[in-house]
Amino acid sequence: MSTMTRPIATTRSATGIPTGKLAVWWVIGSEIVIFGGLLASYVMFRLGHPEWAEYASHTNTWFGGANTFVLLTSSLFAVLAHHAAVHGDGKTAAKWLLGTCGGGLVFLCIKAVEWTGEIQHGYTITANGFWSFYYTAAGIHALHVIAGCIIMLIIAKQAWNGKELQRVELIGIYWHFVDIVWIFLFPLLYIAK
Amino acid sequence: MAEHQEHAEDHSGDHSQAFYLKIWAILLVLLILSILGPILAPHLEFGFLKAWMITLMTAFGIAVVKAYLVAANFMHLNIEKRYITYLLTTMLMLMLLFFAGVSPDVMKHKGQNWENVAAEAEIERALKAEAAAAAHGEHPGNEH
Repeated sequence: MSTMTRPIATTRSATGIPTGKLAVWWVIGSEIVIFGGLLASYVMFRLGHPEWAEYASHTNTWFGGANTFVLLTSSLFAVLAHHAAVHGDGKTAAKWLLGTCGGGLVFLCIKAVEWTGEIQHGYTITANGFWSFYYTAAGIHALHVIAGCIIMLIIAKQAWNGKELQRVELIGIYWHFVDIVWIFLFPLLYIAK
Repeated sequence: MAEHQEHAEDHSGDHSQAFYLKIWAILLVLLILSILGPILAPHLEFGFLKAWMITLMTAFGIAVVKAYLVAANFMHLNIEKRYITYLLTTMLMLMLLFFAGVSPDVMKHKGQNWENVAAEAEIERALKAEAAAAAHGEHPGNEH
């Protein structure tokens, strides 16, 4: 697609940052407030309620650790996709993006197994304040993983055809942010017991 | 297209695939340390260094380092324009402002001319239930 056919907002840049990338950074800025508010609230309640330590002791560190490994690895795939896109290799970029998406899928499968076991043991979202936070925070994060996977598939298809390669970096930035959120959720929900 | 391709190259740095693999390997080592830290903490206590301090350092200290490594090297924040760093820092400051403003009301249950009776009652009820369950060898975590 030539630059001439793009809307003006897509081609001008007051900050020196491409508009698409700037938009992604602003999305992440607003996401920091969303997740930050949620996690800050969790920390307040966790420190103000000594009984939550016992509730937190029932989360499974190995599930959380495995999912951290999966997301860190998928982040590596995302940055390798960006690396390929920078070198104009759309097909390789698309393959790495599919690998990243696969990581997201594995993450969701592990989460599904983990949650099934917890719900069967009676640890539901209404059990108490701790489990409410647990399912809300991890649930909103999982929705971000699902959204990221869907967008990534669309961008992978475009990259495979050698189109809009700059978008590979944009979805990568979003995916790394989702990874960073999990990096903080992991110690909060699984390690601090 | 060409213009956007140029932008992508501007912010990619000179990193090779091996560099990204190295960052990933460091992240995995940090992940293992963050899991082992709290497990080994009771055995590593000495002097003023208590188990809870080791847990805090290995769990949250390492989380901060991991987040920095991902942001700087995978998101390329280290070579991104400063505008983005200012934007993200502002959002983090807003989060801290929220915490500073709200935490006294949530973390404390009593103050001048106010008392959170419901929170105090819930803590008392839950701790009693935990003690009773511990005596019977049960898990009280799923009580309503």
